[in-house]
Amino acid sequence: MQKIKLLLAALFTLTGAARLNAQATFPLNDVASPKDGAYAFTNATIVKDAQSTLQNATMVIRQGKIVATGNNIAIPKDAVIIDCSGKYIYPAFIDIYSDYGIPAAAQQTTGGGGGGFFRVQQMVSNTKGAYGWNQAIKPETEAYKIFSADDSKAKTLRDIGFGSVLTHQKDGIARGAGAFVTLANEADNFVLLKDKASAHYSFNRGSSGQSYPSSMMGMIALLRQTYLDAQWYKSNPAAEGVNLSLKSWNDNQGLPQIFEANDKWNNLRADRIGDEFGVQYIIKGGGNEYQRIKEMADTKASFILSLNYPAAMDADDPNDLRFTGLDDLKHWELAPSNPAAFEKAGINFCLTTADLANITEFMANLRKAMEYGLTEQKALDALTKAPATMLGMYDKIGSLDAGKIANFLITNGPVFGEKTVLLQNWTQGLKNAVKEESWYDAKGTYNLMANTITGPKAFSVELKDAGVASFMSKDTLTGKYSYDGKLVKLSYTEGRGPNAKETILSGVASGNIWNGRGSDAQGNIFTWTATFDKKPEVKADSARPKQPLVLGKITYPFLSYGWDEMPKAGNILIKNATVWTSEKEGKLENTDVLVKDGKIAAFGKNLTDATARVIDGTGKHVTAGIIDEHSHIASSSTNEGGQSVTSEVRIGDNLNPDDMNIYRQLSGGVTSSHILHGSANTIGGQTQLIKLRWGANDQDLKFAGADGFIKFALGENVKRSSATQGNTRFPDTRMGVDQVFMDAFQRASDYQAAMKASGSKGSVRRDLELDALVEIMNKKRFITCHSYVQSEINAAMKVGEKFGFPFNTFTHILEGYKVADKMKAHGANVSTFSDWWTYKMEVVDAIPYNAYIMHKVGLNVAINSDDAEMARRLNQEAAKSVKYGGMSEEEALKMVTINPAKMLHVDSKTGSIKVGKDADLVVWSDNPLSIYAKAEKTIVDGIVYFDRDRDAAMRIQNKNEKARLIQKMAAAKRTAAPGAGGAGGRGARPRFEVINSCADHDHHNHGLLGIDADELENSN
Amino acid sequence: MKKIIFYISSLFITANVAAQETMLPALPQKETIALTNATVHVGNGQVVNNATVVFKNGKITEVGAGASTAGAKVIDCSGKHIYPGLILTASQLGLIEVNSIRATIDATEIGEMNPSIRSIVAYNTDSKIINTLRPNGILLANIIPAGAVISGSSSVVQLDAWNWEDAAYKTDVGIHFRMPSLLNRPRRGGFGGGPQTPSDPVKTGLEQIEKVKTFFREAKAYMAEAKHENTNLKFEAVKNLFDKKQKLFIHCNIVKEMLIAIDFVKEFGFDVVLVGAVDSWQIADLLKQNNIAVILNQLHDLPVMMDDDIDQPFKTPAMLQRAGVLFAINDDDANSRYRNLPFNAGTASAYGLTKEEALSAITLNAANILGIADKTGSIEPGKDANIVVSEGDILDMRTNIVTQAYIQGRQIDLNNKQKQLADKYETKYGIK
Repeated sequence: MQKIKLLLAALFTLTGAARLNAQATFPLNDVASPKDGAYAFTNATIVKDAQSTLQNATMVIRQGKIVATGNNIAIPKDAVIIDCSGKYIYPAFIDIYSDYGIPAAAQQTTGGGGGGFFRVQQMVSNTKGAYGWNQAIKPETEAYKIFSADDSKAKTLRDIGFGSVLTHQKDGIARGAGAFVTLANEADNFVLLKDKASAHYSFNRGSSGQSYPSSMMGMIALLRQTYLDAQWYKSNPAAEGVNLSLKSWNDNQGLPQIFEANDKWNNLRADRIGDEFGVQYIIKGGGNEYQRIKEMADTKASFILSLNYPAAMDADDPNDLRFTGLDDLKHWELAPSNPAAFEKAGINFCLTTADLANITEFMANLRKAMEYGLTEQKALDALTKAPATMLGMYDKIGSLDAGKIANFLITNGPVFGEKTVLLQNWTQGLKNAVKEESWYDAKGTYNLMANTITGPKAFSVELKDAGVASFMSKDTLTGKYSYDGKLVKLSYTEGRGPNAKETILSGVASGNIWNGRGSDAQGNIFTWTATFDKKPEVKADSARPKQPLVLGKITYPFLSYGWDEMPKAGNILIKNATVWTSEKEGKLENTDVLVKDGKIAAFGKNLTDATARVIDGTGKHVTAGIIDEHSHIASSSTNEGGQSVTSEVRIGDNLNPDDMNIYRQLSGGVTSSHILHGSANTIGGQTQLIKLRWGANDQDLKFAGADGFIKFALGENVKRSSATQGNTRFPDTRMGVDQVFMDAFQRASDYQAAMKASGSKGSVRRDLELDALVEIMNKKRFITCHSYVQSEINAAMKVGEKFGFPFNTFTHILEGYKVADKMKAHGANVSTFSDWWTYKMEVVDAIPYNAYIMHKVGLNVAINSDDAEMARRLNQEAAKSVKYGGMSEEEALKMVTINPAKMLHVDSKTGSIKVGKDADLVVWSDNPLSIYAKAEKTIVDGIVYFDRDRDAAMRIQNKNEKARLIQKMAAAKRTAAPGAGGAGGRGARPRFEVINSCADHDHHNHGLLGIDADELENSN
Repeated sequence: MKKIIFYISSLFITANVAAQETMLPALPQKETIALTNATVHVGNGQVVNNATVVFKNGKITEVGAGASTAGAKVIDCSGKHIYPGLILTASQLGLIEVNSIRATIDATEIGEMNPSIRSIVAYNTDSKIINTLRPNGILLANIIPAGAVISGSSSVVQLDAWNWEDAAYKTDVGIHFRMPSLLNRPRRGGFGGGPQTPSDPVKTGLEQIEKVKTFFREAKAYMAEAKHENTNLKFEAVKNLFDKKQKLFIHCNIVKEMLIAIDFVKEFGFDVVLVGAVDSWQIADLLKQNNIAVILNQLHDLPVMMDDDIDQPFKTPAMLQRAGVLFAINDDDANSRYRNLPFNAGTASAYGLTKEEALSAITLNAANILGIADKTGSIEPGKDANIVVSEGDILDMRTNIVTQAYIQGRQIDLNNKQKQLADKYETKYGIK
């Protein structure tokens, strides 16, 4: 009885979550009431941490901290004792990816967003004060200074089990320091546990209106440069004055570094930045990591995972479903497997509520993750110890060990159980009621005595699920009940139909004894008492056995036509084909080609090899794989147009292997593509040569050992002739373009000299932009220059000649025929379109005879695509020179094979059929220059990456897989439970395809669902 | 010596005057011409080997192995192929000269309902692009206005003319209705996590379509009364749609849009042609049932969906052919500027059409769709002598080498600005 009283006291007095503390320095407008807050929680199942559970144990807290936890704990006399029989106590959850209590940053719109190619530019930061040059680098932001507790938000988090969060302002690329706070309903002064607990980064410019960076690769370059600048700033260089941003950056380096990357490839990009500067980021993922879990493991990073799964789409309109993507459907099915994939791969991770549209879905989504294989133990760890450990705060929080902050949960069952109720969530030793009414389980049998006007009536009342009660005396009457933990209501009905008579009772529960007053059908009042008799019988779980999960396969890439398993190289013998060598041997009839170990081993007549798979080439043609000198596929961004000189950015930093165009272009015989920066600025970014290894990850796409190139551009695009609101960025004329070059290379020359002079002192600021230009001057990096009219081509060569470097390649070069002799003298290569013209002013003199004339003058000529569609018909684009000029077919084919290989300096490895070269080959159905030719097999490094037979089989497989998923989604919609990935109705969402382009010309032939990247405001 | 003289003359021409304007539209046919010993691709699917084509006063008089060449100037075409002049079924040729320069664009008018707008009056016969199409075999084009919801009427022109009246081959062949998209496309800035389009574009689209229907209902009622105090030019402009003297060209792509197009046939009884219609293969039988023709705008295109057959655009013509749908293949590529029409058809042939079917898609089918099949589209007696002579297969870029072309019997000049620039620099480099 004593116990019950105490418990009641606890229940009553603390319902308002009265504050435990008052700050010593604050004046008091009350009578002082100092408290020690000592409590003892007894008879509980205490889960101290994911590894250790104590039965029938006691935990004592005082002054907001855990004093002791164990089985034989002495209970202090001044402790309020709370009997937790049948209850479980867990450490409260920790969310380290929150912006709780932090105001949102105001959008700076001055620059008009800067991302778009034709928008108004904002060149410098408009942040006031002695800060850095870029508005998106805000390491000076300190969450603890702008934090203010918000109990209504705190309550939503507490109600799902969280007790503390790491909070920061989610704005900018460098976001400053995060603060660790509890969710206690206390003064800010007490909830702030650690003022600077972490440093934050992202690939999102946020509120910055500055034009730079406008691309993924620009953000990467900016971060890299900032690491260098911050290092340099440590020497207090006079040239910089005070830079509070760099100072804060340096100050924050000792903190746990958290990078919000939000996508599997972005995670890798972030990790590589960290690797370069000796930082291991904790990576906030995006939910699609299970698609590349091996790569995730290779980062060695710890991850923060959200449980934001896509909702099921409506599956009732076939015309809408026509536009849903197989990858979207597959992701819908597999997204809940993400945490389990991390657990299986042994990757350390914690969980966050971030990104959830509705935070209350957290627990349901977590249980879904468990259905997909996440273990309870790992889930608890990921919500307690793991996040605390990542922040180096496990000595303070994250388990129920003595000395830690008293943040804990009391539940009526295992914490992740579907029927378990979170009763109380204690933060810093303060109780927060969550669903206290469930503290007592009202279910069971009671002896009820009603003192009715006709005398006492005894019932045995059984309270069941769903508010159903049975009143048993002579007969059994059906009735109802409700119970909120304190107030109880009961009723029963005698008779049926219109003559039914209802008696109603209500009262208050005092532990096991309920007292109250009732009223019968005639309005007679009476008192009643009920005492608890026995618990309901526990029935064996009659729930249907769970259906085993049927899940689709993860494919590489995670798109239709992806591989279940990456293909492997095998020896191949192509027999009896017409072989176009693109070498001095010319075109050979009835010839065999032998591929071994990924290389061309032999070609000739009557070759045999017992180990080789034989492909009958009778009636077919074999050529070297096509090389596209100018492409924009397979990258996440193309243009960093924020400045006129951006040689620091690198396409290779942001390759995107999940591009269907890789596959489509393989179907056109392309085996290598030179992925260029766009033409938004005079000195663009560093390019990346790739091989079309469909399914490979971003690193494995790269053409190993190839020379580095860089994109330059001249003319209308770089002077922003099409800017809708006028141009404010230097240059605005071709005269200015010339001076951008002169200035950049003059600075690079001076920089190189200064670097040399400073030797190992390192006093010169390392500049990634100038580093690339120095490489050019030292012939370690080579130019491919977007160019159209003869004046600019001529002028560009003069700059190169002045600074002693060649323009390796002029690309587009539609007026190249006018200065072919000059380019030949300079030593340039040229890469052009076959027949494009008059889509803008600088191409009105373009002619389809251009390639032919330049070839005749003696230049090394390539035909390129610059277009995701045309790239798969490059053989036919080359064939147009047969028509326009009468070039021989063999020479025409060279323009898409050996010639681009030469200009890319990879002709020793690919571009022709020559023994020892990489086996990059195409088997064609017909003369490869014919309009009727189809690539039947496309081979890269001896691996068949495209095969028309597999393609046909994959079409059927894709159709079946899509049908299966749509059926499953329809079923999920029918049985939608909140948070089960089925709720939250949403129409079928079209799968748009972002297609990168250089923003140079029309790309209307990119399919109905193709979206030009440049059409989109680049918000990150 | 002859060559040198030609050099010199061409050098003078290119050096001294803006090239194109000096090219003379051909004068009317005077003498009867017989092209002999050729392989004639009639345009209707037939091929006649070793045949002769005779034309007189601009009209084809005889075709066949036994055609009489009496009184005709005989041109031996041994080893060559003869084709009907190719037809661009939907083009902005002569309306847009340089895509990025606003002053050179006369294609898009302001407003929503512009049925009275007529493309023919803005067609610029001196566009530099025109003469680059003829050496590829393209001799006729349907010039279409853009913009608005109802853009106006298109007219067919022949590509060798002094002015637009002279060029007009058949005026106002149809009214163009650009159906609002019923695809939920993200707007600028609304993609990738940003806020979605606030209003439902499909709902907005359907509302606009209803407005168009209302317009036609009102026009129909207006036409029922002969006399009007106030003449409504917009209603007057669509009069010929109701008696099928004109076609309604509906620009749309996805199934829902095409189903609405069918609904236009049902409600108003219009003669409907779909332009674009990338997903037409999904409802080919319905299109056939409703006698709806299709113009496939751009064969060299990526598939609609990432999951689609990667070659779907190339295969669509064969699927329409099998279903019996009347269709034409078009080329509206904004960068190569329409010259690759025959190669678009060639690709369709690589993916399922026969070569002659592919040819029909850019000749006789096109003429049927434009309502000019009585005059052109095939090499048949009685039709205009719109004839192309090629050294080889016109659908393949290697062999599409046009040696002669005739429009209404007039032998046209196959030179153009681009050839003249090539001449100029070949001369400079001595590589001629």
